Amino acid sequence: MADENVQQPQAPAASEGGAPRPQGGRPPRSGPGGGPGGPRGDRKYFRRKKVCKFCTEKIDAIDYKDYRLLGQFVAESGRIVPRRLSGVCTPHQRRLSKAIKQARNIALLPFAAASRP
Amino acid sequence: MQRTYELMFIVRPDMADEDVDKVVSTVDAQVTSAGGAVKSVDRMGKRRLAYLVRNFADGLYILFTIEGPGSAITEVERRLRVTEPVIKFITVRVDEEQKRLGKVKAIRDSRRRGQGTHAAQAAAAEAAQTAEPPAEQAPAQA
Repeated sequence: MADENVQQPQAPAASEGGAPRPQGGRPPRSGPGGGPGGPRGDRKYFRRKKVCKFCTEKIDAIDYKDYRLLGQFVAESGRIVPRRLSGVCTPHQRRLSKAIKQARNIALLPFAAASRP
Repeated sequence: MQRTYELMFIVRPDMADEDVDKVVSTVDAQVTSAGGAVKSVDRMGKRRLAYLVRNFADGLYILFTIEGPGSAITEVERRLRVTEPVIKFITVRVDEEQKRLGKVKAIRDSRRRGQGTHAAQAAAAEAAQTAEPPAEQAPAQA
């Protein structure tokens, strides 16, 4: 072990240079920069400019008692619709999610829809 | 420290009206004895439940608005759990939310007032309207 200590500082340096390392030599994805220009098969990028319903209508309080409003953001299966589909902005999505969970607890909204036979 | 809470509970549907009134007055008395004050009682009527609760498909919804310390709510909840007609309840704290909404409205009002003296009179009329509790506006908008 003692004589290997002298050789060790040199050996790893040599092996590091020799071994091929994928350091991120892959080109970064250009991202959805060309989305509005024209979707080339990547339909998911900016398919349509959705705006947050709460921001446009200036609804401040998302009430758990308002099951009709909350029901618009719940799928048929009873699951909460993700933000990228409903177009809701992040702070409102958080409050909406909290209100939906409160409504579920008081049986105003279902946890899961009736399962198929 | 007076906090505002909303207590919503469901009473089983196969009860007579006077029994429901008895439950409501019992809860009212429990709140006052625990050190809280009941601001309002709202009987929201019979509704179909989204899922079966104790094999009931519908229930009578009752909403209490309570002001009081947290210990009062703990006590009321403890008693509600053993009350047989009550099948579900939820307590939500609303004073922070109303404080935030009040701030947002104040900012909006001050912005409108800054847009001229002609708008100042309109803003004064609106300020009287926005004094209504904001919780009532959400169901009105739905």
